[in-house]
Parts: sequence; structure tokens; C-alpha cells
Amino acid sequence: MAEVAKMQVSDEVAISIRNMNKWYGTFHVLRDIDLTVHQGERIVVCGPSGSGKSTLIRCINALEEHQQGSIEVDGTLLSSDLKNIDKIRSEVGMCFQHFNLFPHLSILENLTLAPIWVRKTPKKEAEELAMHYLEKVKIPDQANKFPGQLSGGQQQRVAIARSLCMQPRIMLFDEPTSALDPEMIKEVLDTMIELAEDGMTMICVTHEMGFARQVANRVIFMDEGQIVEQNEPEEFFNNPQSPRTQLFLSQILGH
Amino acid sequence: MSDTSASAVAFVRTESVPASAPPSNAAGPVKWVKDNLFAGVGNSILTVLAILAIYMVLSKSMPWILNGVWDAPSLSACREILNGETGACFAVLSERWNQLLFGFKYPSELYWRPALAFVLLFVAAAPVLFFDLPRKLLIFTGLYPFIAFWLIWGGPIFYPLIALIGLVVAYKVFVAFEKNNFAMALGLGALSAIVIWYLSGFVGENSALLAFSLESVPSRDLGGFMLNMMLGVTCVSLSLPLGIALALGRQSSMPFIRYICVIFIEFIRGVPLITLLFVASVMLSYFFPPGSGVDLFIRVVIMITMFSSAYIAEVIRGGLAALPKGQYEAADSLGLDYAQAMRLIILPQALKISIPGIVNVAVGLFKDTTLVSVISMFDMIGMIRGPIVASTDWNGIYWELFGFAGLLFFVVCYGISQYSQWLERRLATDHR
Repeated sequence: MAEVAKMQVSDEVAISIRNMNKWYGTFHVLRDIDLTVHQGERIVVCGPSGSGKSTLIRCINALEEHQQGSIEVDGTLLSSDLKNIDKIRSEVGMCFQHFNLFPHLSILENLTLAPIWVRKTPKKEAEELAMHYLEKVKIPDQANKFPGQLSGGQQQRVAIARSLCMQPRIMLFDEPTSALDPEMIKEVLDTMIELAEDGMTMICVTHEMGFARQVANRVIFMDEGQIVEQNEPEEFFNNPQSPRTQLFLSQILGH
Repeated sequence: MSDTSASAVAFVRTESVPASAPPSNAAGPVKWVKDNLFAGVGNSILTVLAILAIYMVLSKSMPWILNGVWDAPSLSACREILNGETGACFAVLSERWNQLLFGFKYPSELYWRPALAFVLLFVAAAPVLFFDLPRKLLIFTGLYPFIAFWLIWGGPIFYPLIALIGLVVAYKVFVAFEKNNFAMALGLGALSAIVIWYLSGFVGENSALLAFSLESVPSRDLGGFMLNMMLGVTCVSLSLPLGIALALGRQSSMPFIRYICVIFIEFIRGVPLITLLFVASVMLSYFFPPGSGVDLFIRVVIMITMFSSAYIAEVIRGGLAALPKGQYEAADSLGLDYAQAMRLIILPQALKISIPGIVNVAVGLFKDTTLVSVISMFDMIGMIRGPIVASTDWNGIYWELFGFAGLLFFVVCYGISQYSQWLERRLATDHR
């Protein structure tokens, strides 16, 4: 297995989260989160369900609001200012568990929509860009189909390409393979590995531990809204420190 | 061939079973009749009863229709011709044809104007209804309300023209400032239109600008099916955008906007349309400055539009609620702003889901336009109940007239319903 990890991580800070707290009503979902992500770094976030991992990455592009602390993305402070939010969202791509492609638009239209309307790219240029990324995820022949005609794995790859068309500096993945069949998980992971090889800054919430070992520079384990442990993948998997992490790893790697 | 049911546990398929045609007893018309009409005792009884019922209806109605009299000056003359035989007296339709369509006060030498407007309606509606047609045709759709207004009401072309110019300038101003600030652009656009309309008020009575005109017809002279069509088309096309705005407003995070929309929708839905129409005809004039005399037609349009937009808003809210949250999130995560996300992602899907409901409201609205007959407007039903049946010639004739009115409304409503089904099929991209 080729070791992609531990390469070209710059000193430039991509995301800096300081002392961030979030509540759903009175429920304290995220507690004192401190996290710095460098440009080019690939981070895998894991943890039991309800531990707040999805909420954490959804806070980074303001799909969820945080109530305390600060989040800075590429030097832009995330506040309630809509201009800042839109700026950050156009810099940060996101892939969802259920793909969330736009079912009423063709694949090509799904890809060109944001570049045309947000980046004001001319249509022709946007289409060339879209075809470029469709080739990158290896499905250029599906460009004129609708999302409903594609398999789950293909849809997720389209979703990745759609995010890439905005040429983001950071990609967030929210359990991108959890809704897929085993055969399709591989094609999506391959796409993500390729992306990592190109030096994209990535934060992935995933339970694919093989992917974490191969690609991540850092694995973060969360439980009850807190970061419990973080380490390089080798250390994390072979020598977990916290009992909670040990229990979690024994459960997911046990069978 | 293969022996999967046998005792052997191990099994390997070496050749696949070829596809073949179904046996003869599984297809064909005989099978269809047996399956659908006479599948069992109960089923057979129901089939026979249904055929009997159809026969009874047709055996009474067909002679009445086929033996109808189409040419007679009055009901008594018609009965003389029939001489005691069963037969309809359709002569009332041919004799009062123009009254049924245009009302009894519209000048008969000007019938060509509303007729032309009616024909042009199809040209204007086509690019909206069938979006495969070239988009350039939409320019005519934009011009149509002004052309139709001028054709039906007449008067100097100056007024519809200045109304059009005001709107075009407002649109241009809006587009110019839209990139800076949506609300400001909207405000400036509205302001520029008002300025133009205000300035146009200074044009003198005898100005040459007013010279080019058609003979003017006042609103109270409109009537017949024309009035139903005018109310139906105007109110449907106005209440759809208003309904969308209300539905979005009801979901707004701004409490003031949300409460205004909720109160409006709940209030309008809680009041019968007929009450609103009485308000329009009697009470609304109290709210306008004395002497301004807003036209009754406009007051009725406002009321019906408000009424149906409240219903459409609720239908669209259902469509919005049916969309998965992920669609909003995907739009947000790509950096689309609120207006873009709504216009490009959310509304196209929500409206598609809402088509059956919207069409339901539109069909209901079109039929409700006949309610204006109770506030003494002479729409088709008003014409039948008033001038036609009350006349000495045709006193006592009902079936033919109301049957005809029903048929006309049925044709339009069935057309709308067929269109909506075509539209749903055309927009189906989810491949379920």
C-alpha cells in the first residue's frame, strides 16, 4: 500500500478552531473544540455515532452555527456576516453521506451550476472545467444523464466532482461511503485517495480505517462532543492511549 | 434442465434459461375481458349493473340531444317545432351565442377585439406552458397583458404603453443594481416606475399622445364567458407568484415577514370567497380615497388573487417541506446565496412536487369566477340567470343553458388537467 501520507504539509494554517462550543437547545453537542489544520493536511475524524463528528465539520462551512469560540478558514473569521459565510463556502467543498445531487438537473448542470452562478464563470468554460473533473472521477460518459440514473458510487463521485468544480482549497467529507455498497465504496475511496495525492486539504468523517491508515496524517477520535485523542495513524491504531479509544477500536476492528 | 430442488446441495448452473414468449392463455382480448369484466360472480354483477346504468342515462339523454332544435326565436316557438316530442331547445344557444360569450352590453361591432385577444392568449401562453419553444417568444408573453388590456377595454394606447414603459424601466433599474443589493434594487426599480407613471399624469387632455386610440369600453359592459376567462387567466397568473412569495415568506427566519404571511394566509383561508367578493363590490371603496373609484373588475381581481394565492402558498409549502434537507445544504455548501438557491435548486423541485395541488387550485379558481354573478357582474352564469332566462322569449329554459356552461367549463378545466399531467411526465427526471 503506497504511503501517501506525511507529504507536502505546509506551515500555512488552513483552518483554525479555537475553544469552540455548540449547543442544540440545551444539549451541549460540541465542547471546547481546539483544532488547527494546515494546508495540505489530511485528517480523518472517527468516533461513535452521536459523538459530534459530523456537527464539527458542518460548523466549518457554517451549515451549523456555533455559539462560542472562533472558527477561521483561510484567514476569514466565520461570523454571522453572510458575506464571510458565502466566501468560506465557496472555498470549502463538501460531500455528504447521501450525495445530495440536484435530481432535476443533469450531471453536467449539477457541476456547472455553482461555477456559473457563484464564480460567474462563462458557461463554456464552466462546462470544460466540469468535463475535466468528470474525467478525473472517471465518469465523463455520464455527463448528460440525470443523478437518478447513476449508481450510488457514481453519484458520490459526481458529488466530489461538483465540489471540485468550485476549485476549493479545502474539502470536507461527511461519511461519504456510509450509504454505499461494498463494491462502490472502493471506487469512491480511490477517488478520494487520488485527491489526497494531489495535495488537497481534507477533513473526512469516516469509518474506513484502511483509508485512514493509507491517507491520513492525523486521526482524531471524538466522543461526547469532545476530541478525546488525536495522533498519527500508525500510533493511533497500534497504540491508542485513552480507554474510550481502545474500546472503540476493538469494536470496529474486532470482526 | 437443472436440478435445484433435488436432494443434492451442491449446484452449479452451466447454461442460462432462455427467455420465451408467454403462453396463449396469458395474453389477448379474451383474457382481458375475463380478467377485468367477469373475473368472479360479484365482478360480473357489477359489470352488468354498470352497463345497465350507462344504457339508462344514454337512452334518455341521446334522443333529447339528437332531436334538439337549433333554430327558433323563442322557447314557445321551439316547443311548437318539437310538437310534444322529446328534444332539447338548443336554439337559445345559437340565438344568444354572443351574449353568452361577451355579455349583453359589449358593443357587437367590437366583438373582434376580445376574440383577437383570446386567440393571442394562446400565442402568449405557449412559451410559458411549453418550455421547449424558443425563449424569444416570451417577449410577446410579456407584451400580451398590455395588448389584451388595450384590445378589450380600448381607449388611448398611451395608457397601456406608459404602464409597460414604467415596468420595463423598473426592470432595467432592478437588473442594474441587483448585483449590489437585492432589496435596494427592488426599491429603486419600484421608485423609477412610480416616477414615470406620475410624470405621465401631466400629459394634457387634448395631447396628441392620446390621439391613437380604440373605442373605449367600460368595465361594467364586460360579461359572458369572456369575463370568466379574463378573471381566470389574470388571477391564476397573478396568484402563482404571490403564492410562491407567501410560501417562502412563511418559512422566513425574519419573524415580521413570517407573521405577516401566516396571518394573511390563515385569514384568507378562513373567509369564504363570496364574502371577499361582497367586500370587493361594496366595502372596498371605503378604503380607497373618495372619488378615486377603483374599477370593480380590478377589485374583484385583487380579491380572487388574494384568495387563491393563500391556497397556492400552502400547496407550495407542502412541496418545500417534501424536499430533503440535504438539497438546501448542498446549495448552501456550494456558496449559492438565498435567492440563487431558491430559484435554481429549491423552487424548481418544490414546484414540480406541487403541480397537482397548484392545478387543483387553478381549476377551482377558474370555476369560482362564476361567483361574481352574485355581486351583479354578468359573467356567463350571470348572463344565464339574468338577461337570458329573465327574458320573455326564453323564460323557463335551464338544462340547455347550464349544460352548455358546464360543458364549456369542463373543456377548459379538463384541458388544464391534461396539461398538468403532461407537464409532470415531462419534468420527471428522478427515474424512480
